Amino acid sequence: MTDAVHTLAVEGITVGYDDRVVVHDMTLDIEPGAVTAIVGANGCGKSTLLRAMARLLPARTGRVLLDGTPIDSMRSRDVATVLGLLPQAPVCPEGIAVADLVGRGRYPHQGWFRRWTTQDDVIVEQALVATNILDLADRPVDELSGGQRQRVWIAMALAQQTDVLLLDEPTTFLDVAHQVDVLDLLVDLNRDRGTTIVMVLHDLNLAARYADRLVALTDGRLYAQGDPSDVVTEQMVRDVFGMAARVVPDPVSGTPLVLPLGRHRTGRGTQPAGEAATRPATERPAAQPVP
Amino acid sequence: MTAVLATDRAAGGVVAQGRRARARRHRTVLVVLVLAVVAVAVVALCVGQRSYAPSEVLRVLLGEQVPGASFNVGVLRAPRVLTGILVGVAFGMGGVVFQTMLRNPLASPDIIGVSAGSSAAAVVAITMFGLSGAALSVVAVVAGLVVAATIYALSWRSGVQGARLVLIGIAVGAMLDSVIGYAMTRAGIYDANEALRWLTGSLNSAFWPGVGPLAAALAVLVPTLLVLARRLPALQLGDDAAAGLGVSPDRSRLALLLVAVAVIAVATAATGPIAFVAFLSGPIAHRLVRGTGALLVPAALVGALLVLVADLVGQHLLVHRFPVGVVTGVLGAPYLLWLLARTNRSGGSL
Amino acid sequence: MTLTATAGTPGAPLGVRPASLRRRRVLGMAACVVAVLLAAVASLAFGARVVGWSDVVAGVLHPDTSDIAQAAVRSRVARTLLGLLVGAALGVGGAVLQGLTRNPLADPALLGISSGASLAVVLGIMLLGMSTLTQYVWMAFLGAALASILVYAIGSLGREGATPLKLALAGAATTAALGSGVSMVLLSRTDVLDTFRFWQVGSLGRASFAEIAQVLPFLAVGAVLAVGCARGMDAIALGDDVAVGLGQRVGLIRAVGGAAAVLLCGTAVAVAGPIGFVGLVIPHLARTFTGPSHRWLLPASAALGAALLLAADVVGRVVARPQEIEVGIVTAVLGAPVFIAIIRRHKVAAL
Repeated sequence: MTDAVHTLAVEGITVGYDDRVVVHDMTLDIEPGAVTAIVGANGCGKSTLLRAMARLLPARTGRVLLDGTPIDSMRSRDVATVLGLLPQAPVCPEGIAVADLVGRGRYPHQGWFRRWTTQDDVIVEQALVATNILDLADRPVDELSGGQRQRVWIAMALAQQTDVLLLDEPTTFLDVAHQVDVLDLLVDLNRDRGTTIVMVLHDLNLAARYADRLVALTDGRLYAQGDPSDVVTEQMVRDVFGMAARVVPDPVSGTPLVLPLGRHRTGRGTQPAGEAATRPATERPAAQPVP
Repeated sequence: MTAVLATDRAAGGVVAQGRRARARRHRTVLVVLVLAVVAVAVVALCVGQRSYAPSEVLRVLLGEQVPGASFNVGVLRAPRVLTGILVGVAFGMGGVVFQTMLRNPLASPDIIGVSAGSSAAAVVAITMFGLSGAALSVVAVVAGLVVAATIYALSWRSGVQGARLVLIGIAVGAMLDSVIGYAMTRAGIYDANEALRWLTGSLNSAFWPGVGPLAAALAVLVPTLLVLARRLPALQLGDDAAAGLGVSPDRSRLALLLVAVAVIAVATAATGPIAFVAFLSGPIAHRLVRGTGALLVPAALVGALLVLVADLVGQHLLVHRFPVGVVTGVLGAPYLLWLLARTNRSGGSL
Repeated sequence: MTLTATAGTPGAPLGVRPASLRRRRVLGMAACVVAVLLAAVASLAFGARVVGWSDVVAGVLHPDTSDIAQAAVRSRVARTLLGLLVGAALGVGGAVLQGLTRNPLADPALLGISSGASLAVVLGIMLLGMSTLTQYVWMAFLGAALASILVYAIGSLGREGATPLKLALAGAATTAALGSGVSMVLLSRTDVLDTFRFWQVGSLGRASFAEIAQVLPFLAVGAVLAVGCARGMDAIALGDDVAVGLGQRVGLIRAVGGAAAVLLCGTAVAVAGPIGFVGLVIPHLARTFTGPSHRWLLPASAALGAALLLAADVVGRVVARPQEIEVGIVTAVLGAPVFIAIIRRHKVAAL
């Protein structure tokens, strides 16, 4: 376990691109040692917020604070030993082996005269073991599947050995099994090493299940933050996502489960009064118990 | 940081093994390349209108006066070979830095207008001002840097994106080509011919006086480039990932491009733009070392090899004596197009 | 396109252009026609010697060859006519290229078509001893066709097809490749260099009426083909899949359009030498008042191309009096900044 606990916070930041402002005057404290998920509709600024926290975008007003110090006053390399990032669309150099790519995560820890030590090898190996891809160590990354590749990038972030890890939509393009896989891995990381995890997720249900704290954004402003069971309510889903839904406790995890209400296939007990008579029976068979 | 247990240390084995094997392969390739360069250099020194045995060549190089050989080898061939190696290293290294920075092997300085600056200035200098020699070289270097800086500045819009840099470079290159065309039509046929010779890149005017400045400039620039290139592994992963690893993408890119442009400009000033060396060295080196390590040194060696071999071919193996640039151009062109096709098919990155 | 055009006028039925767009188009076209006329007159009047209006009229209609001024005008008629034809051809050809490739940066010179033509011409001069424009035309046309096929084939390999960046790079690389072939020939034959270096710079001053008459059929066929696939190109602009869904035969449209582009651009390059940036910039300018519909874009591009090329030619003749700067150089020097402005304006990711 780490001795020092690193804190990340944003204070009144406004962030945008060119002439467009996306995030307005946001203040947020990231709880150290917890898994935080940032959710919101498309274009609400969640990725922008994460990028500002990761120092990829300058804040026009306000400050991003790492351990209470403004992040842009710190040396990039120092920041990179504390704050790691898994970007949305990383580029994979052609022909590089998995172990080499993961090894690049050690970059911030190596001095001017790049000395690769046995320690580095060990750390890379640990990262590969943690992401369950040790057997792929010598394979070229571009031959791997999407799910495996995502794990390679996570392994690289692990090898960076930072106390805070920011992930921008780590589950996009992955199928359901791999999505759960990655999220379980992140929780392992959080439990075993105390890593503070901040991730942008587009799937509200997964976010509610895996996050210790949920941050909901709407139109570039903070809507709510806190424990998922407090934050995810039918009102919140309507306000943040513009969608009618029912929220029930997830039978598997007990966290809030959002069940969207569309215009069709909404089964019994949820149709607005007056339509029940005219609608043909679209009832679905009763849900099977989860094995 | 997590404490490292004794069992962990032993477990470092698999990763370490793989890494060591790759490093070994990399070293082997380097050694082979160095030997190849040396071998071709020796051949280039020995063979010619009058061929000499390697022992005679060695004596000349050691300073002995050997009648006949002292001139042919010592005055003509030795500086030619040395210049060839130096510019080959420069073009190879500069080219691969561009290609890696812009993440596309086709984004080579001779294609995206960076060399065009030096070329246009040189052609104008030759045809309109009658410059030659040192003055011409200085003009070429300065112009190359200015044009490259202009391209960079024009592609700046809250940061430089590789694609924009490439497109603007192509536009500027086209504009400079028209300037070259204009100068060529205004010149007398003699000057036009000389300009054309300069444009195709040649070692014909590589004598000892020119070697000194070239070597001195590269002695400063090449190590700088090697040091800066240590950020390349991070930059290769994309701007976001690089920033996450503590490398500032814009600043690093600017520094790398600046030095790479300087290296290319210096080499272009010495021999004219030798077609395709900057473009081909990187991809060839990449195929040789295939994911085992940094590309800069292999690309430099490949560049030197290309220049020496092409010069040999151009001097001795063709019906007509052609300057090295023509040989690299004509032999490089089909490979270039093939590589283009292959790169596009696989979605290209270096 | 229809939807966005009518977005500002609620209640208007789809398919009916709002009055503002229609007005803009008509005015724009009228302005273009006026521009063409002005440019033509300027081309006849200006040059090493400036000719007055009455002499221009007389020179065109009832030439009195003993009058120097009128003789000057007479000699400029061929040049003006060539400028109109080449400008229009490049404008329409560029618009067709951009429409077919869905690429705002397509231009015959940048896509390597010109260098293909150059290589063919050089080989023709060297191997076949060609020396007349008529002979150049055929070789250049052939070279242009082959080069464009090569560039498109290479640029469109890969998952995303022919993106603007890939095409531009394929074009630049092909230009470099073919250019080295040209250099090889030129270095070994100084006589060829002496002829070629003048052809290499696009100029309107080389063609006579006879030669113009020879290439006219090519241009005519190209124009007809271009107009014929105008509607198809509107559909292609929405994406191949959408176009097929709309009942268009994408392969056929591409083939016909491709033939039109090569005919127009190839012939233009053949008869006047490589002239860059016209095919690239003109369609963008035309689009500012015609909108994306090709039925308007093509004629507008033709008119604007003719007007601007002639204007460039006049500039070249006037600026360096009594010598002239060839139009190919003027268009490059003036066109490159416009091109750069276009690139800077677009989001590169969107290209």
